[in-house]
Amino acid sequence: MSGEKSGPDQSHSMTGAEIVVKALKDQGVEVVFGYPGGAVLPIYDEIFQQNEIRHILVRHEQGAAHAAEGYARSTGKPGVVLVTSGPGATNAVTGMTDALMDSIPIVVLTGQVPTFMIGNDAFQEADTVGITRPCTKHNWLVKETDALADTIHRAFHVATNGRPGPVLVDIPKDVQFAAGTYVPPKDARTRSYAPRTEGDPDAIQATVELLEQAERPVLYTGGGVINSGPKASQRLRDLADASSFPVTSTLMGLGAYPATGKSWVGMLGMHGTYEANMAMHDCDFMLCIGARFDDRITGRLDAFSPGSRKVHIDIDPSSINKNIHVDVPIIGDVGTVLDQIIELWKSRGAKTRAEGVAKWWRQIEDWRSVDCLRYANSEKSIKPQYALQRLEALTKDHDRYVCTEVGQHQMWAAQFMGFNEPNRWMTSGGLGTMGYGVPASIGVQIAHPESLVINVAGEASWLMTMQEMCTAVQYRLPVKQFIMNNERLGMVRQWQELLHGERYSHSYSEALPDFVKLAEAFGCKGIHCHDPADLDEAVKEMLAYDGPVIFDCLVEKHENCYPMIPSGKPHNEMLLGEASTEGAIGDSGAVLV
Amino acid sequence: MNSLVIKPGSSSHSAYNLRDVHAEVEERHTLGVLVDNEPGVLARVIGLFSGRGYNIESLTVAETDQLGHLSKITIVTTGTPAVIEQIKSQLGRLVPVHDVHDLTVEGDHLERELALVKVVATDEHRVEALRMADLLGARVVDVTHESFVFELAQTSSEVDRFIDLMRPLGLAEVTRTGVCAMMRGAGAAE
Repeated sequence: MSGEKSGPDQSHSMTGAEIVVKALKDQGVEVVFGYPGGAVLPIYDEIFQQNEIRHILVRHEQGAAHAAEGYARSTGKPGVVLVTSGPGATNAVTGMTDALMDSIPIVVLTGQVPTFMIGNDAFQEADTVGITRPCTKHNWLVKETDALADTIHRAFHVATNGRPGPVLVDIPKDVQFAAGTYVPPKDARTRSYAPRTEGDPDAIQATVELLEQAERPVLYTGGGVINSGPKASQRLRDLADASSFPVTSTLMGLGAYPATGKSWVGMLGMHGTYEANMAMHDCDFMLCIGARFDDRITGRLDAFSPGSRKVHIDIDPSSINKNIHVDVPIIGDVGTVLDQIIELWKSRGAKTRAEGVAKWWRQIEDWRSVDCLRYANSEKSIKPQYALQRLEALTKDHDRYVCTEVGQHQMWAAQFMGFNEPNRWMTSGGLGTMGYGVPASIGVQIAHPESLVINVAGEASWLMTMQEMCTAVQYRLPVKQFIMNNERLGMVRQWQELLHGERYSHSYSEALPDFVKLAEAFGCKGIHCHDPADLDEAVKEMLAYDGPVIFDCLVEKHENCYPMIPSGKPHNEMLLGEASTEGAIGDSGAVLV
Repeated sequence: MNSLVIKPGSSSHSAYNLRDVHAEVEERHTLGVLVDNEPGVLARVIGLFSGRGYNIESLTVAETDQLGHLSKITIVTTGTPAVIEQIKSQLGRLVPVHDVHDLTVEGDHLERELALVKVVATDEHRVEALRMADLLGARVVDVTHESFVFELAQTSSEVDRFIDLMRPLGLAEVTRTGVCAMMRGAGAAE
């Protein structure tokens, strides 16, 4: 197969498994999330014999991938996954697809059956590169040990450059055993992949001219700002503050512009704020920064922001003009392009149509006064919105990271929790993966051992990957699992109520575990709360506990998530909650914020 | 909004961008794609087309630069202008893809297809088939007492025409390579 290369430099000859570990070290990897199995045993043997790279043993390979995502999202560094062949690889597919949709850099190393057995339906054989081709940015099957180091370095390069994403390196077991030559990262063949980062000067100029003339501008920002790195978030803040243009963001971009910032109008999209969506609809200039006009954002395409000139900054040319035709496309890195825009705009005197923009802001304030997130509070049951408002109030001054699962609780968390820094909010946006949050919170806590890490969850999502609580206990990770338990698949139930004649087909979990006992079984602390009067004390108890907590917060069972743009409707046809539509404002609870 | 008025023929914008991207008219485009000749590259390209629901009318691939490990894929596809643009940028972001050339947009180019056409005939049909083949520049590459195999390297429409002509004369089997294409002139796609 490989290997007996009579390389001139014998000191660089090592086994494939040694090469893997050496390459990871040279890439600066500190943590690997993984699960051993037959086809990766040589690599695990190497991991055993060193202390620089920390291996975190998850309880399911999907957990490894999501934990790596949580690690990557919260640090900006690539997350690394190590799993075995066959089921190890297929179990990681959901995590890779999730990372692909949300542009998260993760490097997945999979074991494979020996090269001479590939294609023979060997034990735990799967066509891993075939299966993962559409769910990775790129993948490789390494058939020679000499190619291993180069391939791993290229994998890191591809995962982190351009639009980030998951990559996979499939390593047959004989390649791990055989001897080969190591090459350091600087000698790897990475030059062939070099996406463009600087924006076209003509397009920058056109953007600045539009910016100067805009009277009803909107900065529509997305996960690309966060992926571009802290500089991009800073540049966004510079631009927003210097221009006074309103800023809205997709679910993925929360935190790039601070929720406490004066230009912030809240999240946009299907469950975004009324003011953000109305501003998107009525604006005359839209600067889309690292977002991709996803269907949750645009609503009905032919009624999307009909009167605006649109500029789209994206590092991925295929995002441009995919769903919405824009007037000025700018292909480049968000941070670099914002630099270019700000520099040119300032050199031309940093002009805006201040009067027009001020009038626009008065309009936005008008929309804001609708108070679209208002809800009818209750003294009998915990309203999910109330639970999150209290969680926000009691944790916002902490050094805090928030993960979520997927569903109503995720949207409420986005609406009611404020993020003032990038990389503080980890959620599965594109793929909408229930079960993302538990392992993601573990990955985040590994990266930030001293910080408060909360997973805002629904009980149904949470159950999908709850086995990872063993991981949390094993590594003493004090993750706080805040489960908003409505005993329903809340978002499914909401759609069935609104769109399927209240026929609640299988959206009710008739059997659920006792979460407090479950917590104890895992070796965590369990807290149960069902009375709004007890909520604050219970949350404080959770925060005070030095260890993992499973918080069972029994919430109102039939609450709907509003505001909502029903599928197929434009931005200006939002459904507002019952609280405002039915005039329930007088309710004593409604004044509680 | 002067900056957005793009003058026809201005250098930084291709003529293509001046057409209405909202047009629902399906267009046929020939794309030349230069790729690393590595395992799975064809699967990536084909998977992209099937996964995103694009059409492939024909696709040819072969290594063209052995030392550089490069292959040229020629794809003939149809779609609205917006879809064609998406196809090109989706192809362009595949890691092993070096370059995507839209020959239909870039200008005057050559398209050729190789066809092997088997005709089983006797008597006057046999004579007529041979005469037609001669007129259209098809070569006889195999012959028996009751059959010919013709080889024809022509544009797709010429190949279609030849096959249509052979049909009443005893057409038995056709194999076509699909289109391979190249720009005219001194410029080289690299």
